[in-house]
Amino acid sequence: MNLTFFFQNVVNALQWGSFYALIALGYSMVYSILMLFNFAHGDIFMVGTYIGFVLTTGLVALSAAGIVVLPNWLILVLTIVLAMLFTSCLGMLVERIGYRPLRGAPRASAAITGLMIGIILQTTVLSIMGAQRVLYPSLIPTTAYTVGGVSVTNIKIMIVFVSIALMIALHQFVQHSKWGMAMRAMAYDYAVVPLMGISINAIAALTFAIGSALAAVAGIMYGMAYPILDPSMGILFGWKSFVAAILGGRGSIMGACIAGFLIGFIEIFVATIFPSTLRDLIAYSIILFILVFRPHGLFGEPYSARLRL
Amino acid sequence: MKKSLVGLMSLTVVFLLAMVLSGCGEKEQADAPKKAVENVIKIGFPIPLTGDIPDVGESSKNAAEMILKQVNEAGGLEVGGVKYKLQFIYDDNESKAESAVAATTKLITVDEVLAIIGPQASKQAVPAGGVADNYKTPMISPWSTNPNATLNRPYVFRGCFLDPFQGPVAANFVTDEFGATKAAVLYDIASDYPKGLAEYFKKAFEELHGPGSVVAFETFTTKDVDFSAQLTNIIRANPDVLFVPQYYNEVPLIVKQAGALGWDKPIMGSDSWGSGDLMGLCGDDCKGHFFSTHYAAAGATGATKDFIEGYQAVYGKTPDDVAALTWDSVNIMLQAIKDTGGLTGNLANDREAVKNALGAVTNFDGITGEMTFTPDGDPIKCAVVVKIDDEGQFSFYESVCP
Repeated sequence: MNLTFFFQNVVNALQWGSFYALIALGYSMVYSILMLFNFAHGDIFMVGTYIGFVLTTGLVALSAAGIVVLPNWLILVLTIVLAMLFTSCLGMLVERIGYRPLRGAPRASAAITGLMIGIILQTTVLSIMGAQRVLYPSLIPTTAYTVGGVSVTNIKIMIVFVSIALMIALHQFVQHSKWGMAMRAMAYDYAVVPLMGISINAIAALTFAIGSALAAVAGIMYGMAYPILDPSMGILFGWKSFVAAILGGRGSIMGACIAGFLIGFIEIFVATIFPSTLRDLIAYSIILFILVFRPHGLFGEPYSARLRL
Repeated sequence: MKKSLVGLMSLTVVFLLAMVLSGCGEKEQADAPKKAVENVIKIGFPIPLTGDIPDVGESSKNAAEMILKQVNEAGGLEVGGVKYKLQFIYDDNESKAESAVAATTKLITVDEVLAIIGPQASKQAVPAGGVADNYKTPMISPWSTNPNATLNRPYVFRGCFLDPFQGPVAANFVTDEFGATKAAVLYDIASDYPKGLAEYFKKAFEELHGPGSVVAFETFTTKDVDFSAQLTNIIRANPDVLFVPQYYNEVPLIVKQAGALGWDKPIMGSDSWGSGDLMGLCGDDCKGHFFSTHYAAAGATGATKDFIEGYQAVYGKTPDDVAALTWDSVNIMLQAIKDTGGLTGNLANDREAVKNALGAVTNFDGITGEMTFTPDGDPIKCAVVVKIDDEGQFSFYESVCP
């Protein structure tokens, strides 16, 4: 394996891992606050992508018709901001109607809620958008640069940088804001902290909103990198990101990011070295093996679900 | 109290939404029971209306509906002096093998159709063919090119040529056209059609250029969207041409990602490229590439031209090869039903008579070429290589006959 070839795969893996990392964050944050996994998160990512698609298509059409002429970069910014907003609302809605009424219910009921909401979201998108694949409009023309034999596109660079920027922003928020402090306190003990006057409902809604907003950004960037969308795209992606959240250590933000990138790297390099058919077989065997030796994940600690960074 | 009220209200909203969304389905059901008294021939279509390749299901249904309208407006199909109204039943196979088996079984046993047209992709046609053969019901898969769909199944026929034929067509074409001596293949190993075709291409290409001339033979699994690892391997092996026997929903991702990684050589495809909305999804990136297929819409003449114009008038788009092959398959089936000389009303006997008549069809003049069935139920017909030109049209490039 020569060096150019190696770095080309590193670049590929960074892009692929960014998506896992961003989506794994949503799983991890909800877990640290409510001690349950939101299995609908993969489908929230899917809905976020479709919201981005509808917004971009709409704004491009408005521009083309000359009603509101916007430059492409502004359309992208507007799409991201509005999609984050709408998807956050969806996340809060899911929390409000799916999880809050079941907070005292048996664990299994809360767990299948996510699965059911996921199916509802998928079939809703299917009935509105149809089963046809749709093409995510390209706002920024893909330009490929070759640096020392390694091909990099502007889209790839943007994805990796935006992902890392979001992770840092989340870190700052959780560590240095009042809301972040409340979230950390809630993660420490969600039975006692509400006695101090912090509303668990508000914190839970906030957590869902942040996770969903990250999923929306991931969805828009996904649309730019892999522009063919279909309503079932969130399932496998959700599962694999869920694996990343567990592998990172349940409730650990940094763990989720690192594990997301790690899974991206493992998948890409396994596909490079072995016949690519064996990719998931080998990749997930490796992850299983890691979990056997680190049952609490890379950054997890036994009997604790503290929100750490 | 308040909680249950909220619950009830949200349920009501969901049902109202569902009713609004399904509003378009109601009309079809309303006039279904009227036909019970007339002489009716029922034909079942287990086709992919949802799932991975919904455009394929839509094209099949569009072509079938055109024939249905034509025949029924002319008073029906005359078989042995009796006029029969046609009734086509479409059942969704969700583009899954297991659903194709279920849909085909239901059409044969519950709806009691005389014959089956479909499924389209080999992944569904291979298992569904087994069902049709078990129940002794004649079936034509218009689009399945995998040999196993009809192999040792006297009741199963197809409307297109086979992968073992299409593989060498592609191998010969890239050798002559691009002077290729090294080729790479990227295909989905979890799907019958791409896997079969990739292997036939490899065999044919290595017969021409010696073992090892296929320098990269890379695979992925259905629903994958990132092909960067495989494409990086392929580019490193430095082949002259890349062969991608994939469906229209995967081709744009592969072609775009290959371009982003620096691939600037030709890409050769197979007939699965021609279906669905390839150019709508792929745009400029697919222009200049080639694929082998069943017919080319650009530059058609005669009956083919009439079909294309009729289709455009109703649906506002150019029919893809699935539509053309479905059209031919339905017409061959109707021809065979006529050739039986009369239906007895006993379903088992009639199905056998139709099967025998299908086997006897010779030189059927279809819009995708002349067809005669071999004893295996496979037609002998020509393939076409098309180029995706600068306007995004699939233009005729070369015809290759067996």
